[in-house]
Amino acid sequence: MNYSHFILPFSIGAIILFVIIIVKFTKWFRLLDRKQKYFIKRNIFTTKTISATIEAFREALIHRNIYKKNPLLGYMHMSLAFGWFLLIVVGKIEASVYSGTFFEEPWLAIFFKYFAREPHNFWGAKFFTFTMDFLLLIILSGLALAIIKRFRSKILGLKKATKHIIYDKIALSALWLIFPLRLLAESSTAALVQNGGFLTGGLGSLFPQQFAQAIELPLWWAYSISLFVFFVSLPFSRYMHIPTEVALIFLRKWGATEGEQYSGLTNFEINSCSRCGICIDACQLNFSANINNVQSVYFIRDTRYNKISDLVANNCLLCGRCTEACPVGLELTQIRQQLRTKTEVPGKHYYDYCKVEPTKNKTDVIYFAGCMTHLTPSIILAMKNIFSAANEKVWFMDEEKGICCGRPLRQQGFVQQSKDLVSKNTKLISSSGAKLLVSSCPICCKSFKEEYALDIEIMHHSEYIKMLIDEKRIKLNKSELNIVFHDPCELGRGLNIYKQPRQVLSKVGKLVNTEFDEKDSLCCGGSLANTIIELDSQLKIRDDVLQILAKDNPDVLATACPLCKKTFTRNYKGKVMDIAEIVSNFLSLQNNSKKEGKKEEEKILISQ
Amino acid sequence: MKNWGFKIAKPRIIDLDTANTKAFEELCEKVPSAKRCIMCGACTATCSAANHTSFNFRKCNIMFRRGQFEGLAEELDKCMFCGKCKLVCPRAVNTRAFIYNMRIFLNDLNYKNIK
Repeated sequence: MNYSHFILPFSIGAIILFVIIIVKFTKWFRLLDRKQKYFIKRNIFTTKTISATIEAFREALIHRNIYKKNPLLGYMHMSLAFGWFLLIVVGKIEASVYSGTFFEEPWLAIFFKYFAREPHNFWGAKFFTFTMDFLLLIILSGLALAIIKRFRSKILGLKKATKHIIYDKIALSALWLIFPLRLLAESSTAALVQNGGFLTGGLGSLFPQQFAQAIELPLWWAYSISLFVFFVSLPFSRYMHIPTEVALIFLRKWGATEGEQYSGLTNFEINSCSRCGICIDACQLNFSANINNVQSVYFIRDTRYNKISDLVANNCLLCGRCTEACPVGLELTQIRQQLRTKTEVPGKHYYDYCKVEPTKNKTDVIYFAGCMTHLTPSIILAMKNIFSAANEKVWFMDEEKGICCGRPLRQQGFVQQSKDLVSKNTKLISSSGAKLLVSSCPICCKSFKEEYALDIEIMHHSEYIKMLIDEKRIKLNKSELNIVFHDPCELGRGLNIYKQPRQVLSKVGKLVNTEFDEKDSLCCGGSLANTIIELDSQLKIRDDVLQILAKDNPDVLATACPLCKKTFTRNYKGKVMDIAEIVSNFLSLQNNSKKEGKKEEEKILISQ
Repeated sequence: MKNWGFKIAKPRIIDLDTANTKAFEELCEKVPSAKRCIMCGACTATCSAANHTSFNFRKCNIMFRRGQFEGLAEELDKCMFCGKCKLVCPRAVNTRAFIYNMRIFLNDLNYKNIK
């Protein structure tokens, strides 16, 4: 039997690791909510499992998403993850071929060179020796990059690296030691028994015999102990993402999604965070306002170790830039909202003072301006203008006594209160019998689409205007205006509406692209979701965004959110207009579409 | 004669020896902009909730400063959190954070998932 005492740390470590992972996974699996469990049961024996396997292979081992961020960073991750994976697989095959059975001692593959103490002559030995050395070389190159990253993260495309806690540092040190120690241990054995490849054999030939004899066993011991330390610290450090991310990919493919409440899936998500720190660079609080302790990586970490404070949970604009940047695809904004959720008072109703009476306005279309739009009346005027130009009969739902859509409450964690408002608005909407609801506020729009169970179509006004143009119910005059479009967070990343406003704007002017468009678009800084941030930080964010947007001096800075408009107008010398206002200004009236009229309109627009 | 439009007002003396004015000081640590308030009432004029009922943020603010907490929690529950008040405030008081912190203080609200 191939046995030596130094295999003990490795074997014990591996057993501890597997037990902890199984215990943790079972605990989280039980915490999954009913809907998530239902989807998993339904989809577990379908082709989704196969596609999940492929996805796990692509994402957990090769990790295409990191490649997209930075090729060098992607290579670093791939060489460590995929390289180590292949090292284990090829090592296992090598050990099986050598011993002639598939069921050799489990540690034989790990310490193969020590136990196979003769020049290798079994079938395929040359291939295996070369491959194993080659894989080790690849891993070591990745390791070198990882070490460079720790000291000079900019080289690998990260402006700021994560500040790590003690567990992470222990696990990281152990991980960094594993491969150099393996190299040295194998080389010293190769020096004695000539079973090395180009790397281990080459390095071994440099060792004097007596020296190799003296260091061989201590090196194998050190290699085994570093494996032990890594295995035992893995479940408590960021490296828990290695097993958890694979599980998460399967759960997602089976159809489990994040709900309103903190659930087992949230546990899988927060443990899948590798603390790579890509979200730090994406966060505007970091690069504009210099707030460095609240980014998603720290938020998730604090949540995982039960150290989360309301200061960290609430200091976030919920703009969703980190969610977009996350290479693991964690639903970070959703998790933040789950954490903000407050305790409920059973049976309490908060907004009984809002008297909801069934409306007598029976129209096909409802217009819900939204609270914020009431502070920018020009948008409401423009929408009224557009409705009348399109001959649309509209019921202006919140013209007089509007009720908030409930999303601001939800963002602050008052879920029960929010539901109260939702039920009130739902009653009003369903009493009208309308088929379409148009809203001018992306925040309301997202709320109507996701939190209300309405059976009518919901559109943001940019979608609605696009529809009117497509149906040729309104006509627009083309002009030479240069327009920069600012994607509101809730409309773009929130509802995935990027094209419609651009298509509408390109009908009236020339769209100018900026550095941060569509999914990369910036938050205006006016977001209501953050109750901690100070005014001057908010203004810094706004000014930075304005600087980027106004780089090419556009004639008009267009947006599609009243809150963005309100935020920008306060410190922008040029024109900030909502998409509805621009369209309303360029409406071509049937008999008045000659060129003169167009020019006049342009003049009016610019002089406004 | 009973309902002739006038009545005797309740005494409105605030006993500063017993009033809890520390609460406001604590709140100011969390929301420093609260100190800037000049009680202009712009927040109340634009309020979505005040459109339906007698909710008055300015009044709540004064009551909280003076430590008059009686009935204040129920009053604050009327707020819809829409944030219009924050945008119209000429002194850039973070009124939303103000109400948020008052609510948490008065209602003893806890986080469901934060231990």
